[in-house]
Amino acid sequence: MRRAFLAILRRDLTLAARAGGGGELALVFFLTLVVLVPFALGPDLNLLSRIGPAILWLGALLSVLIGLDRLFQADEEDGSLELMRASPLPLEAAVLAKGLAHWLTTGLPLALATPLLGLLVALPVEGVLPLVATLAVGTPALSFIGAAGAAVAASLRRGGLIVPVLVAPLTIPVLIFGVSAANAALGGTVPFRTPFLILAGLSLASVTVGTLAAAAALRSAE
Amino acid sequence: MASLIDLANPTRFMRLSAVLLPWLAAAAAVLLVVGFYLAWFSAPPDYQQGETVRILYVHVPAAWLAMMFYSMMALSALGTLVWRHPLADVAQKAAAPIGACFALICLVTGALWGKPMWGTYWVWDARLTSMLVLLLIYLGIIALWRVLDEPSRAGRAVAILTLIGFVNVPIIKFSVDWWNTLHQPASVFRMGGSTLDPSMLWPLLILAAGFTLFALALHMVSMRAEIMRRRVRTLTILEAERLDRLAAQGAPA
Amino acid sequence: MNDLIAPLGPHADYILGSYAAVAVVLVGLAASILRDHAAQKKALAALEERGAGRRSGRRAS
Repeated sequence: MRRAFLAILRRDLTLAARAGGGGELALVFFLTLVVLVPFALGPDLNLLSRIGPAILWLGALLSVLIGLDRLFQADEEDGSLELMRASPLPLEAAVLAKGLAHWLTTGLPLALATPLLGLLVALPVEGVLPLVATLAVGTPALSFIGAAGAAVAASLRRGGLIVPVLVAPLTIPVLIFGVSAANAALGGTVPFRTPFLILAGLSLASVTVGTLAAAAALRSAE
Repeated sequence: MASLIDLANPTRFMRLSAVLLPWLAAAAAVLLVVGFYLAWFSAPPDYQQGETVRILYVHVPAAWLAMMFYSMMALSALGTLVWRHPLADVAQKAAAPIGACFALICLVTGALWGKPMWGTYWVWDARLTSMLVLLLIYLGIIALWRVLDEPSRAGRAVAILTLIGFVNVPIIKFSVDWWNTLHQPASVFRMGGSTLDPSMLWPLLILAAGFTLFALALHMVSMRAEIMRRRVRTLTILEAERLDRLAAQGAPA
Repeated sequence: MNDLIAPLGPHADYILGSYAAVAVVLVGLAASILRDHAAQKKALAALEERGAGRRSGRRAS
């Protein structure tokens, strides 16, 4: 069972590492979004540094959501989803492996890239590490809530915007607590720990619920 | 429980709803007329809000119905997933546009009440924001129904999404509350705080009951339409198959 | 009509506006549902007329 789990994980990581895989495109999209913001708001560094955590969180959220509709669609098309359904490995474990691979290739690189992008919005030095931490802890929630949405839309031939539209309202709590924690590290009345721990809790709950829901949705689409 | 199983039979539902509908519609009409009469001519203006309080007679029932229809959808989703009621996903599909309309009414009347009372159409108040998010979830579910074409498969997919949304709504409410206190600690708006006077409470209750019955009647008509749509779909496929067979028989002769 | 609006005070247009919005949304919703209901009923009747309801119904001969 562990071997099957690792095999799916390794396969998805390899696919993402190939040219045209989702991972690096999400990063480029993230960079583009962050670059676009100053053109809308003006190059006022004081303003940008104040709303920096919010910009980076929004950018990460959109970058994760935008590529999600392919998470299960590609497997549905080439038939590998049938194999996962038929294999002795529980579908939940397969979903967990795929979600984990998605996070490793999307959420984690985004979190690691934030220090560089933080420079563009003049993020104060003491805010960088907490922001990376909130993104690293919060993006699994996005991947797994998104996995549930992607599983619901797996059999759709014209997915497109439907997955982000379905998933985005459900990610509001993650966004609120992620940005609050990142802002709390920059000063304010709330200690960093309070929103950060709630964020971690949301993330754990989303991984559980998202895995179960995605597996149920994939099973029902048989 | 026996009655529930009886109701789960679409044919029996069609017969029962045809009998029930006129009564439901009539009761809704009577309650709405009485409620509106009381709300317009008998209820006094509020000592703080003046005549503007009359907006709340439609605002509050709309908020209640938007939440009630989502709960109904979540229950039907459970019915679809656990008991595989043939009627559950029909009920779920029919409920979504009605709930979305009441969420929209709640937001529009809230904005029109807010302008004279708060001086602005919109504030990012916790309750308003939660209702807006609820509307977004409704719109997502309606969009999903529209892109999924095979009804039986679609029902289960949408049911899962509805339940995720249902689990999420209290969490969203909690986080929005938290976010709200973080950003505007001093400006929490309260409607009245004190208990409502009976002269205002009665019109509100009667109108709430009237709107609920009206919405349930619409839901029932919408369910009937959906059942017929599925029957039309099956019959069209059967007819096409038979014509196909006839053509195949006719060809060699 | 003026007697009806005048006692509503300075915010009459907001009150009437919100009731108008309610009416528009609910009438629109009811109309679309009733129209859908009628359309499905007609389609079903047309199909049954052609004998599609009965499995053994023979049409072409």
